[in-house]
Amino acid sequence: MIVNQRKEVPLDSIAISTPAVPEKKLLRLWIKRITSNFVVRKAARAVFTIWFVTTLTFFLVRLMPSNPIEVFINELIVQYGLPYAEARDQAASLFAIDLDAPLHIQYFSYMGQLLQGNLGESLRSPGTPVWDIIIAFLPWTLFSVGIALLLSFTLGVLIGMLLAYKRQALWEPAVSGFASGLSSIPNYIIGIVLLVYLGVYWNLVPIHKMRGSRSPGIEPGFTWVFISNIFFHAALPILTYVLSTIGSWILSMKSSTIGTLGEDYVTVARARGLSEGRITTAYVGRNAMLPLITQLLISIGFVVGGSILIESIFVYQGIGFRLLEALRSRDYPLMQGIFLIITSSVVVSNLIADFIYGWFDPRVRVAGGE
Amino acid sequence: MAKASLDSTTLQDLMPRTGIRYLPGRVWKGIGRFLKLMSRNKTGFAGFVLFIGFVLMTTVGTAIVPRATRADITKIYVAPSREHPLGTDSQGRDIMSQIVHGGRDILQMALLTGLISTFVGVALGSLSALVGGGFDAFLSMLADIWLTIPTFPLLAVLATMVKLDNLIYLALLLALLSWAGLYRAIRAQVFSIKERDYIEAAMALDLGLWHIIFSEVLPNMLSYIAISFTFAMTAAIYAQVGLVFLGLVPLTRNWGVMINLAWTQGAIFFKDSVYFIMAPVTAIALFQLSVVWMSRSLEEIFNPRLRTG
Repeated sequence: MIVNQRKEVPLDSIAISTPAVPEKKLLRLWIKRITSNFVVRKAARAVFTIWFVTTLTFFLVRLMPSNPIEVFINELIVQYGLPYAEARDQAASLFAIDLDAPLHIQYFSYMGQLLQGNLGESLRSPGTPVWDIIIAFLPWTLFSVGIALLLSFTLGVLIGMLLAYKRQALWEPAVSGFASGLSSIPNYIIGIVLLVYLGVYWNLVPIHKMRGSRSPGIEPGFTWVFISNIFFHAALPILTYVLSTIGSWILSMKSSTIGTLGEDYVTVARARGLSEGRITTAYVGRNAMLPLITQLLISIGFVVGGSILIESIFVYQGIGFRLLEALRSRDYPLMQGIFLIITSSVVVSNLIADFIYGWFDPRVRVAGGE
Repeated sequence: MAKASLDSTTLQDLMPRTGIRYLPGRVWKGIGRFLKLMSRNKTGFAGFVLFIGFVLMTTVGTAIVPRATRADITKIYVAPSREHPLGTDSQGRDIMSQIVHGGRDILQMALLTGLISTFVGVALGSLSALVGGGFDAFLSMLADIWLTIPTFPLLAVLATMVKLDNLIYLALLLALLSWAGLYRAIRAQVFSIKERDYIEAAMALDLGLWHIIFSEVLPNMLSYIAISFTFAMTAAIYAQVGLVFLGLVPLTRNWGVMINLAWTQGAIFFKDSVYFIMAPVTAIALFQLSVVWMSRSLEEIFNPRLRTG
């Protein structure tokens, strides 16, 4: 941090006060400025990650012992009695790839298609672009996961702070124990238990009506009917996500708050006679929440990844549900496309979280390294 | 620790006239101290007892309880009784016996994955921190990218291309996917330990790299390693049971397969069959709970600064 600052001070004075510096050097300084910029660095890493994952899946699909393209060609020959050349052509068009070209040419043409937003066509419903399927299913996952994480993060932070302030109370160990229990049980186990008890054993919620992402015949729009309907259908997945993540928020916030309460600046703030409310929100709360934001960005990936399990339990038609269908029917282009989109959405949400973190904690923006 | 006492008897047979013959007494004392430390944290001890219970069930229990393989149509979904403590499943087989026999796979795989990923994480993490430079920069960038890849969907996609019916392959794959988190923790830890005074003192005394790594650095990281090991175990169980539940990985009878069967046969929709699905669900939940709780005691044992009073 210190090294960085020392570098930056003469940099400014050079650029402003001495125009005699050769232009080449100035350019290099500007390039260095841009590359050491917080936003640029994070964005570049996000792009690199997406490229890395795309490349990884491309070569995985083609170099695996049971190459999916070969499997598909064989399937066409066996099922429809197509001659080899014809089956191969069909496979090539569906995978949007020239199978005769060497691997690296295939790779570049695939990447070129991808950059134009072409993910190929689904194998099981020919003629439907993978992209259209993703557009139809992804919003539901983002909606349910987003709402759930927001809810559980807010509730968890509040409960965690309360526990930290009331850590002498008799009921505190009970709540903490419950939270640690909840956080260690896999989310699909929670989902199954909710379904079995709420839906069947106690018959509290009509699970058959709650299947799907919305009831048939309801038009999307900014109407009460539509909004209440989508919340009705998303209620159980959201409840599952909240229950499975809230425990770790509570516990981390509790220990983080206890740590912050012992800091000198909190004592100083008390000594200055600031109101307890202001100390709690601006001094303790804001600082104690910082480490949790990093956790939030990691959990986004985990929860979106886990949606494949939760959505198939509740038959909620999000991207995880569709991915499972693609996996079962071996619809490789769709599988590849959905996996790419899930990864991208995780990377992008991490990027956003990084920026939010930089906004919360100015120290991150200044410091060069991790 | 319990294992050490078994080994000591064989050692004693091999070398009867050395100091080793006093070992049994020391081992018992060691076990006593271990249990005493374990019991300091009540939650941790409860987890430890539960964990030992699961281990006993999958080792000794499988020898006592006969495996229920024969279907019996006259006893479909029988309520719990003395003969069938947890009732029977959709084919009239005893659920209790399936629970006892269905844990071995899961425990073995979890331990194996935990061991491999801990080893990889510790080795790469400490190497990265000690070597530094471009090697360190490359590995930490790779780890950052690795952490953003959603593991479970990747596993699910992989399961359609490679047959993951082998326990060891699955463990290797799971470990390969989960090294990054531990790598980061260990790397940060080694970096901070490297700067401490006692390491500098050891360096100044020229105690040798191996001595420094194994006697000075590693003991101070044991709590991290123990915690990471338990995390890797729970993550492995999450992934394995999840894959089996979705029907993407064919494995022999285990708790995940039981949930999958109960699910696909519609057992969740009848009140009579609630034991069929709830028994494996409870077993998995309790096992995860025992591992997580046990990690608290482990943390205290390896990190004396946490012990209060």
